[in-house]
Amino acid sequence: MVKRIVNNQLYQLTLCYFKEKIREPAVIFWGIIFPILMSLGLGIAFTQKSDTIRHVALISADTGSYTMILEDDKLGDSEFRIELMEWDEAMVQLKRGYVNVIITQEDSIFNYHFDPMNPDAQLTYLKLSPLMGKEELPEQASQIEVDPLTVRGTRYIDFLVPGLITMGVMFSCLWGVTYNIIEARSKKLLRRMVATPMKKSNYLIALITVRIVMNIIEAGLLFLFVWLVFDITIQGSLPALFIIFLAGNIAFAGLGIFLASHTSKTEIGNAFINIVSMPMMVLSGIFFSYHNFPDWIIPFIKPLPLTTLTDGIRAIFIEGAGFAQTAIPSLILAVTGIVFFTIGLKIFKWH
Amino acid sequence: MEVEVKLQFFLLSYLCTSMISSPAIEVRDVFKSFKTVQAVRGVDLTIMPGQFVALLGPNGAGKTTLVEMIEGIQKPDRGEIRILGKPWKGHEAELRQIIGLSLQETRYIEKLTTFETLRLFGSFFSLGKERVEEILHLVGLEEKRKAYTVNLSGGQRQRLALGIALINKPRILLLDEPTTGLDPNARREIWDILRNLKNGSDTSMILTTHYMEEAEELCEIIVIIDEGTILREGTLSDLIGKDPGIRNLDDLFISLTGRRLDG
Repeated sequence: MVKRIVNNQLYQLTLCYFKEKIREPAVIFWGIIFPILMSLGLGIAFTQKSDTIRHVALISADTGSYTMILEDDKLGDSEFRIELMEWDEAMVQLKRGYVNVIITQEDSIFNYHFDPMNPDAQLTYLKLSPLMGKEELPEQASQIEVDPLTVRGTRYIDFLVPGLITMGVMFSCLWGVTYNIIEARSKKLLRRMVATPMKKSNYLIALITVRIVMNIIEAGLLFLFVWLVFDITIQGSLPALFIIFLAGNIAFAGLGIFLASHTSKTEIGNAFINIVSMPMMVLSGIFFSYHNFPDWIIPFIKPLPLTTLTDGIRAIFIEGAGFAQTAIPSLILAVTGIVFFTIGLKIFKWH
Repeated sequence: MEVEVKLQFFLLSYLCTSMISSPAIEVRDVFKSFKTVQAVRGVDLTIMPGQFVALLGPNGAGKTTLVEMIEGIQKPDRGEIRILGKPWKGHEAELRQIIGLSLQETRYIEKLTTFETLRLFGSFFSLGKERVEEILHLVGLEEKRKAYTVNLSGGQRQRLALGIALINKPRILLLDEPTTGLDPNARREIWDILRNLKNGSDTSMILTTHYMEEAEELCEIIVIIDEGTILREGTLSDLIGKDPGIRNLDDLFISLTGRRLDG
């Protein structure tokens, strides 16, 4: 019985493609380490309460450089480093992003120069302008009632992690399935394999299975990391999460087969993958909400497979959603995958 | 009673004789075009069991297209091809079991070892480790069993390709330029493996090549092909023995086409 299983072509195909993946350092880096580093970088940048240092250029004949610290036990201290400069130097530093506000002082009048479209510059201006020229700094925290929302589900990292997981699924399926098939075709490996009694369906099933298993491992490790470091938990239904995750894999694997169906040139394969994945990465709300885009474009963004998957997984992670909310998106994703898979298979060039 | 036994014996003998003498490969009046190029134009070829046949011709002569039609991945526009008496249509699964082939420059999964690659191809024929061990020995790659295919030399890669072609003990072996780009030593290693194969089996082989030495060394029948048609076929002595001005296959090719074989 065991001998029959290990000599089985589907078993061997799956085993071989799995070995190929885990022996490739790039797969380990891009699939596992890169998303973890990204979550760490962005999580620290946007989640930790930080004591901010703001550099400001001062053009004045009356004073030298000095530092002001605005203490705030809830929002974090703001340290303003007021650096005396000439106008030309201040402009260079503004262009470099070292300062975002330039203050010119004539007697006791301060003029503020900054880009009003830059929210960070605006914040510097708003925080700093009441302090300039004052002998004593006001007590911030005691004056204002601030209730920081750093509870689970409302932090940027809570928004980001489901996006990182779904982006991983998309890239992993497109590169892992599409590129793998095109490369096998260009190397004549596909042609060599179909000249044997290998079942064509077994080849595709093995590729997709390896991809899904790798995606589960990659997403699992990312989740383990963010759970340990950022205390992220899944607030909704785990079975619903598994189903929509699987449906997302089916959608992108199907799309991958479709994209790989005809060409034997890896350069064309690269272009196909980029044309499909890059717009979705920007539009589908991975790093920031797609509601920042104009209203007219939202109806075009929502049906994208990456948007459907991200919205569904994010709803389970942070809104506590279950099957009731994710059943239809899961079905849409699975059907999308099956349709692309079927069309791809119809036009598939085996040699 | 005696008559009946004699009749049965006669019928059995006839069946056996006809089975033994029936061709391994029959190509009948086959044509194949790609857009504006007529790659194969009216080829007839019969190969008997155990025969090693060289398709000799320059690049673009139509050798690969003819072999691809025999291996069933291209369909002729016209004409008929039968393998052991069976056409591809309706017998694909059966014929895939008995064919072994090696393509020009196949690259395998890079991060799989030689052993794992053979194991994978063995599984397509439901064959296990034992056959993989035999093949490793047959093609002299025992020491490279744990080497990734990407790290094999050109000659070792071609021996692996040959090993894969032989893994199912094929009745029909199709080798498309198996030694192109190899140095003389690596080429001789491939020839040795094929000579040993010829001595011990009834496998029929078609080998495409543009090296006349390879055709002379390995094959009893040589088919000279150019511009999609067979110019001449026969044993080496048939082809070059009759005209004193023709000392080798290159001379013959020049006399037939006005060009050199490797030109």
